[in-house]
Formats: sequence, structure tokens, C-alpha cells
Amino acid sequence: MLYREAGDFKKSYAEDSQTFPLKLDRWGYYVLLAVAFLGVPLVINDYWASAVLIPFLIWTIAALGLNILTGYCGQLSLGSGGFMAVGAYASYKLMTSFPDLNIMIIVLISGAITAAVGVVFGLPSLRIKGFYLAVATLAAQFFLVWLFNKVEWFYNYSASGQISAPKREMFGFEVTGPSATAEAKYLFCLVLVVLLAWVARNLTRGRIGRSWMAIRDMDIAAEIIGVNPLKTKLTAFAISSFFIGVAGALFFAVYLGAVEVGEAFGIQKSFLVLFMIIIGGLGSILGSFIGAAFLVLLPVLLKNIMVGWLGWPIDLAAHIELVSIGFIIMLTLVLEPHGMAQLWRVTKQKLRLWPFPH
Amino acid sequence: MKFNKLAAIAVAAVTAASPVLADLVFPSLSYRTGPYAANGIPFADGFADYFTLLNERDGGIGGVMTTVIECETGYSTEKGVECYEATKGEGALMYQPLSTGITYQLIPKTAADGIPMLTSGYGRTSAANGDVFSHTFNFPANYWNGASIAVSHILDLNDGNIEDKTIALVYHNSAYGKEPIRTLEALAEKHGFNLTLLPVDAPGQEQKSQWLQIRRERPDYVLMWGWGVMNPVAIQEAANIRYPMENFIGIWWSGSENDVAPSGDGAHGYKALAFHAAGRDFPLFDDLQELVIDAGLAAGDGEHVGTVLYNRGMYGAVMAAEAVKVAQEMHGVAQINASMMRDGLENLVISDEIMAAIGLQGFGPNFEVSCENHGGPGLGRIQQWDASTESWSMITDFIEPDMDIIQPLIDADSAAYAAENGIESQCN
Repeated sequence: MLYREAGDFKKSYAEDSQTFPLKLDRWGYYVLLAVAFLGVPLVINDYWASAVLIPFLIWTIAALGLNILTGYCGQLSLGSGGFMAVGAYASYKLMTSFPDLNIMIIVLISGAITAAVGVVFGLPSLRIKGFYLAVATLAAQFFLVWLFNKVEWFYNYSASGQISAPKREMFGFEVTGPSATAEAKYLFCLVLVVLLAWVARNLTRGRIGRSWMAIRDMDIAAEIIGVNPLKTKLTAFAISSFFIGVAGALFFAVYLGAVEVGEAFGIQKSFLVLFMIIIGGLGSILGSFIGAAFLVLLPVLLKNIMVGWLGWPIDLAAHIELVSIGFIIMLTLVLEPHGMAQLWRVTKQKLRLWPFPH
Repeated sequence: MKFNKLAAIAVAAVTAASPVLADLVFPSLSYRTGPYAANGIPFADGFADYFTLLNERDGGIGGVMTTVIECETGYSTEKGVECYEATKGEGALMYQPLSTGITYQLIPKTAADGIPMLTSGYGRTSAANGDVFSHTFNFPANYWNGASIAVSHILDLNDGNIEDKTIALVYHNSAYGKEPIRTLEALAEKHGFNLTLLPVDAPGQEQKSQWLQIRRERPDYVLMWGWGVMNPVAIQEAANIRYPMENFIGIWWSGSENDVAPSGDGAHGYKALAFHAAGRDFPLFDDLQELVIDAGLAAGDGEHVGTVLYNRGMYGAVMAAEAVKVAQEMHGVAQINASMMRDGLENLVISDEIMAAIGLQGFGPNFEVSCENHGGPGLGRIQQWDASTESWSMITDFIEPDMDIIQPLIDADSAAYAAENGIESQCN
């Protein structure tokens, strides 16, 4: 009744192929953007920014990146943590070598450097597939972490191997460093998320995205109809790594401020991003957002309920948190194997027909 | 009906749990879960129990009750950030994160928020330079002191000549484990010994190749910078290759009962550094037993009391409480805030009389903190494990570190930090 296309006429090809064909969807999207850009900065505080919103935004970028590679192009990767480390260390070297460079440019160049590294580690994908490729990317993960631990140049020969983000400004507002405000950090990440999600959405429904999906669905058939596997797989690795590199740069510079490669970008981070896209939905932009939200926000929520409201001992709460998140993941995957984005698609279908399901 | 009951319990829990703002609030970023829990639990218990004792026995400090807010980090830096942001608004006076990774992150944040942080025996060593690190304190000793004390001990054993001896460093391959390398390199140059570096990747359950190398090369001494599960594994491996235990020296984080007990008799003679005593032969423990543990108010089950890490957590709380007293006296108010707490820490003096008044005479070193020196004198002792009695015994008096080597390193590292972050001198 409420949610349907009747009366929503399309007068041009552009209108017909827009991302949100329904007026209600479109308005929902505009309202969401307005709230995110104008509403949230008015109420945000340090806790909400550092514990909830900034990690959510950064993990969304990483999940978008891995979703391009795994969800759209079908190349399983366990190297996300290592690629995030490349982004983080690239941004650190750029920040300390070129103090006058704008932080936005630094983040984007860090993404580009990660893209180059990603292409190198993507080369094996031309010969090996599936689980074997996963093992090859696992090698990337371990090699990169080892590299940033071993070669002192990457951390400017500091005594401990920790890297710390110095202060950098954008339009006169500090976005990195200890005195950056919650609003500035949040808006900086938000701009990048909106920009990159827009790029990802439009890439995946254009020629490049279609060639990725052709390779994913059946690579031999794709090759026969003229999709070049070399170019397609390597563009997927490059663009995916660009996203993950940007996420790594933000993770270090804006979110944590100081990292150490083994702890911050270990193998568990690679699995975390993979779980995000599996739970959220493979091959779905919305799924990347939902997956990141699920795995970043749920632990914080559970902790606040158990410790903050119920006053349980913190160790008990931490254990129950692990158990219940594992249980919810299993439950979701059993009930909806295509991820939470599929739940949303089904809901939309039902809403369109409602209240006359037949 | 059932729901109402639950709601009532929830409300009661909230009112009980939320701290009253008119307290002295000490957040405890603890880790009772995860791979380092075995070490995190006794430390957090010791920290909490001492404040409970102060509340029960003295009615707080200077008439103001104390509150410890615990927040679980699991030794993860991300959760550390969340815990910091969640607790800093509650009137937090001081942080003790017990993690070098979280410390690095909090150094700029605490300075920006004006909350002091005490990292006794861990964290960023160059924070000893209070001229640059205004809100970070790492008295009474730090990693570089530890490295120098260990080498001094080896010098004593060899009548001052260790030329051409080989010392191997087995270290946790992280910020924490890498800290002593620079000092050891400088000391190797000065005393002419050879240094072999053997990194162990976290968490450290797999050390076969490192110990194979030690077995092959037979270094004269092995130093260890380990934490968590890495320690017992290393001691077990050393026992397996029959490495002479008296030549195996751990930093103070590698010298707790948890680390040596699993190896049984094999660990007999293992040495570790210490900046405070182990055991419970101090008058304070009688009060603690009576008013906290027997009264059922202990944070844990009471079985860790007197162990190395419990005592270290308690020592952290003791120094915090003494700094509160200094701050209360300086500013003439009982309800101090974080910036007064910083002044208290910076003017802290620990003497025999003060330690005797607490009931801990001879527990730790005497020291004075100043604006320039946030690190104290860096004194440490060597303790040795006796597997038959299952206890640590001190085998040396307090040893002075070689500040001729360490001070230039501290100055250089803190100057680099000051330049990178545009920090101006704060003393004078």
C-alpha cells in the first residue's frame, strides 16, 4: 500500500536506471544522509565517536573493499588485515615525510599504494582459485605483518616499532591527533564512506562490475564471451585493496592514533572483515554496511547492557558476549544463508505486495 | 510479574553500579579474559582490593571514598580506547592500563584530556622525561632500567668483565618486547658482549625454533621480555634443553608464579627482575586479610594474594593513593580532580617512613618524582625462584641502572616525540 511503484513514472533512461527506483526509497536515502551529515554531529560525543561510529564507518569501507573482491568477483581473500597495514604504514610514512600534505590526499595516496601492493598479491589469482587462492592471500597477510615488524624504516626507527599519528588538519579542523574533536573525525570518515560507497555502487553496476560478476559466476564462460580474466581479476584486486588501504589509513590515523602491526592488523582482522561480508551479504553494498554494523556495534551494545545496566561482573559479560555473538552469527546464517541484506530484500518484496500477498 | 522483578533487579543494579560523582574514581582497564587473562586477573584484583581496604579501614583517602571502575580490555587496543572514552567522563583521576599498546595510544589522549597516567615498569620508556610527557609517569622503573639492571647483574657475576660473552634476548615481537633492544645494543657496545635477538611472535606458544637456536649457539646468558603464555612456554623450553636456569633472567613481567609453576622443578633457579617484593610478609597483608578477604569483599577469590602480580597491582594502587594524599595536601581540598592528581604524582616522595606507615616497609624502593623526571631512580632487584618451597627470594639488593647509557637514549627518543608532535617544554 505504502511502498510501491504505482504512479512513479520514469521519463528517461537515467531515471529508469537509478540506484533507488522507488520514490520512498530515494527519500529515505536523502533523509538518512541528512541525519548523518547534519543531525549526528550535533549530538555526537567522544564515546559515541570513538567506540561506535568511527569504527563502524571504517569497517564499512573495509567490508566494501572485500565485498568487491570476494562478493562481486568471487576471489576469496584472507589478506585484508595485511592490506590495512599497508594503508596505515603508507599514511604514517607520508604524514611524517610530507608534513604539509593534506590529510585527505594522504589517505587517498595510501589507498593507491595499497592498490599497487594488492595487484602484486593478486597475480596468483590468475592461476589458482578458491581455497588455494585463500591460502596465497594468507601468505600476503603474514608477509606484510612480518615486513612492517622487521624493517625499521617503516616505523621511522622508533624504539618500540609503534607508529603514532601526528596532528593534521582539514579546513582548519584537526582530524588526526589527540585533540581532534569527535565531530571532525566523524565527518571526515563519513565523507569518505559516502564517496566510496557511491563509487562502489556505480562500479558494480557498470561494465567493470558486470565483468567481475561474470568471472565470479563462471570464469570459462566469461572468457569465451570476451571478458579478459587478467584485467578483470587485477582490477578487482586493485580497487578492493584501494578501499581496504583507505580503511587501514583511517583506522590508524583517525581512529586509534597509534598502532602496532601485529596487534592491530593481525589475522583476526582479516577474518573479521570476511565475517562482516558473509553475515551482511556477499555481493551487496548494503550488506557491507549491515555486516560492519553487526560486528562492530553488537559487542558494544551487549557489553553496555550487561555491564552498564545489569551490573554483571566484567569477565562474565565478556565471555557471554563472545558466546552470544557466535550464536547470533550461526542463527543468522542458518535462517538466511545469503546474509542480512537478503532479509532486507525479502522484506521489500513483501512490502510491495502488502496487504495483498497474492 | 516476572518482568517486573527483573526490572527491579536491573534498577537496583544500576543504582548500585553507577559511581557517585563525589568519589575518588580510579578506572581499572583490566583484562580478565583473553590470552593474557592469567596475568591480568591478579593485577586487577590487587589494584581493587587495596582501594577496598582504604574504604573499609580509613573511610577512603582524606575522608573521601574511592571507587574503582573496571572495564574489560582483553589486552586489545580497540577495547582499550572504548574503555578510556567510557570512563574518562566519570571523574577519572588516573589511568593504569597495564598494556604497552594501550599506553602508546593513551599518551597523547591523556595529555589532551588532562588526566595523568601511571605505567609502572611498562609503556613508553622515554615518558620518564616529564619535560615532554606532561601527563605520563613511569616510576619507579622502566624497561631500559630493567635491561641495564640485568646486564649489571651479569657484570657482577663475572667480576665486571663480560667481553666476548654472548647474551641472547628472547622477546615478545611487539612494541613491548622491542623496547629494551636499543639499550642492550648500547650496553653491548660499552661492555663488549655479543647480543643475539630472538623474536617470538604473539602470543608465544610456539618457540621451538628459538630454543633450538639457543641450544645450538649456547649463549652465556638469556634475557627474556615475555608476557602471558609466552613466559611459561619459554621456561619449559629452557628446561627441556637443560639450559642452566641461573643464567636465564626475565624482566619483571616474566617473573610471576604463573610463569614458573608449570615447569615444576625444571624452573628451579630461574631469575627475574623485580621492583617490589613478592609474598605477604608485610603488616599490610594482615589488614587486607581481615578487612577485605575474610569479609568477602575481595575482587577475586583471594587465592592470588601475595603473588607477584597481585602485589604489583596493589603497589600501583598504593602509589596512586599516596599521590592523592600529596595532592590533597598541596591544594587543601579532599575532593581532588585529575589536574590536582597530576600535581600529586609529580611531587610524590616515597620514603621509608611512608612505606612503614602503609605497612609495607622494604616493599619497594624509595624515590622522588619531579617535573623533569617522571621515571624515578629506576632501581630494581633480582629475585630467584625456589621450586621446592615455591617462592621467590631476593638475591640482590637494589641495583642502580647505568643512566650514562639510558639518559641520552631517553633524551633522544623524547626529543623526537616532541618534534613530531610539536610539544613545548613544560617544566619552567
